[in-house]
Amino acid sequence: MSILINKDTKVLVQGMTGRDGSFHSQQMIDYGTQIVGGVTPGKGGQELMGKPIFNSVQEGVEATGATVSVMYVPAKFAKEAMLDAAKSEIELLVTITEGIPTLDVLEAYEALQKRNIRLIGPNCPGLITPGECKIGIMPANIHKPGKVGVISRSGTLTYEIVQDLTDAGFGETTCIGVGGDPIIGSKFIDLLPLFEADEDTKAVVLVGEIGGQDEVQAAEWIKANMTKPVVAFIAGQTAPPGRRMGHAGAIVGGEDDTAASKKKALEGMGIPVAELISQVTKLISV
Amino acid sequence: MKIHEYQAKALFREAGIPAPDGIVARTPEEAVAAVEQLDLPVVIKAQVHVGGRGKAGGVKLCFKPEEVEPTAKAILGLTIKDLPVKQVLVTPAAEIATEVYLSILIDRGSRTATFIGCADGGVEIEVTAAESPEKILRCDVPVTELRNVSRDRLKPFAEGLFSDADQVEQAIDMMVKLARVFVEKDCSLCEINPLIVDDKGTVIALDAKVLLDENALFRHPELEELRDMDAEDQDELDASAKGLSFIRLDGSIGCMVNGAGLAMATMDTIKHFGGDPANFLDVGGSSNPEKVVAAFQLILKDPKVKVILINIFGGITRCDDIARGILASLEQFEVPVPIVIRLKGTNEEEGRALLKDTDLITVQGLDEGATKAAGIGGDA
Repeated sequence: MSILINKDTKVLVQGMTGRDGSFHSQQMIDYGTQIVGGVTPGKGGQELMGKPIFNSVQEGVEATGATVSVMYVPAKFAKEAMLDAAKSEIELLVTITEGIPTLDVLEAYEALQKRNIRLIGPNCPGLITPGECKIGIMPANIHKPGKVGVISRSGTLTYEIVQDLTDAGFGETTCIGVGGDPIIGSKFIDLLPLFEADEDTKAVVLVGEIGGQDEVQAAEWIKANMTKPVVAFIAGQTAPPGRRMGHAGAIVGGEDDTAASKKKALEGMGIPVAELISQVTKLISV
Repeated sequence: MKIHEYQAKALFREAGIPAPDGIVARTPEEAVAAVEQLDLPVVIKAQVHVGGRGKAGGVKLCFKPEEVEPTAKAILGLTIKDLPVKQVLVTPAAEIATEVYLSILIDRGSRTATFIGCADGGVEIEVTAAESPEKILRCDVPVTELRNVSRDRLKPFAEGLFSDADQVEQAIDMMVKLARVFVEKDCSLCEINPLIVDDKGTVIALDAKVLLDENALFRHPELEELRDMDAEDQDELDASAKGLSFIRLDGSIGCMVNGAGLAMATMDTIKHFGGDPANFLDVGGSSNPEKVVAAFQLILKDPKVKVILINIFGGITRCDDIARGILASLEQFEVPVPIVIRLKGTNEEEGRALLKDTDLITVQGLDEGATKAAGIGGDA
């Protein structure tokens, strides 16, 4: 089992004909992901990598039965692409694109909400159910089917932790990068219930960072609802206040969104927080 | 992107929001000349990109002409939270009957645009929020409504801030216009603190703070021109032009990492093992050897750097490309400090092979790398 995606998931790629889109489409196909087509307005009717290109997401859905769209569209055109997805019958939109204006993300998020379409990202590496389906840009070979769910606001930091999970023999059910922007479609608390309900997930690793209240909210939710063990890592203990640390969402505004206060909130709810990346796997016992 | 109060007020006035005009002065003489065109008393306000200017002595009232020169001189000599004051705004003083707090921002929690208000204005809103959260009022606005917020939506919120019916109407007018500025200029914050009622009963934006969304500047070239180059770190701007994300810090260990989260975690690990990072540097997702060269140049500009720790977890970034960038750097200029390197992930073997004839200190894990770097960087 897994959450959100598995070997039967049919996926459309928005921006498949672009440089990043075509590179990662090939990688996903090689992994075994069922890429059923691409979407590029104005290029409908063409073919790429043996897959049909459609003018709109809904056109693709009708022709292929896809339930997920993954987006590699450049930031300037991302809003239109997201709104196009919001007009379709997909269930999940994964937006990889970095640097989308925040108000564009908000507008798209509102439209997706109205249609009950889940958004992951933007500015994220995507998600993977090892051995079944990879949607995004993460390196495939570090993942192994297993029993730990991973939710993270970061990319390479997650790969590091996933590598350790794999090396330690835990493996992963599903790993999700939720994105480094201030406004993201799925936060920790939106995904934790899915892992709690998933039979095969025995523990969850939560990878947070400075900025926002998502980790604190998650801590409260976990304390109240979660029966499975959760361990956490928070990046940015040494980040100076008021500076944007690469991710647009990683900025210490007040006292309560520092790494230290998040660590305290999580530990206060009984969730162990690793000091070092290398300690994360040592905190898991399943 | 931060802009100054006088620039923010100009955006407000353009949108029809009453905000007192003023004159910007860069010297005490310019301030004196400014006052000749204004009626006394005036307020002289430091124009720096930080809050708490008043507390730091950066906002002063002048009643007499002879007070202007020394006051402007004193403020222009200030450094507020590490930022030197390079210009002041000279503006007519207002008679304040009431002060409230008003802002519109993007709320991460509710994932919407939100007005925040508080009937006690003129003080730090964070303090009020912490001490008396019940005094903070909010009004969520769907983003699609920002260009024309309904007055009905705003009315209960405005009535929480003002009791006089006429002032409530004036405040609603202002909020409608403020929301329009917010969406049309792609702001992440428009704040008025204090929003005042003067002795004639007029609602006025006495202060203005605007943050612009960096990601949206591509569609606002006119706003890009408001960037205060004096207030920006040139190295950080150069880094950003090259696709790097760079922030200079105080320590002795230069860092080069791929990915923002891992870059932060690398700094944390260095600190954990007793070292002190000299910078945050994310070389980004693609593996262009030229980025590595640019990264070295930025790190080495800092004479405090005694050692460089390179931590790469290859995914899209290929370790061999990073290695090529390192070799190119070593050929182009002298790197006078030891380099500790940890390469993992895509093409790590190829990367290590390329570097085998160099003096680099190769480590397997981040903990080991941070320990080594802290050992070298700690030596006086």
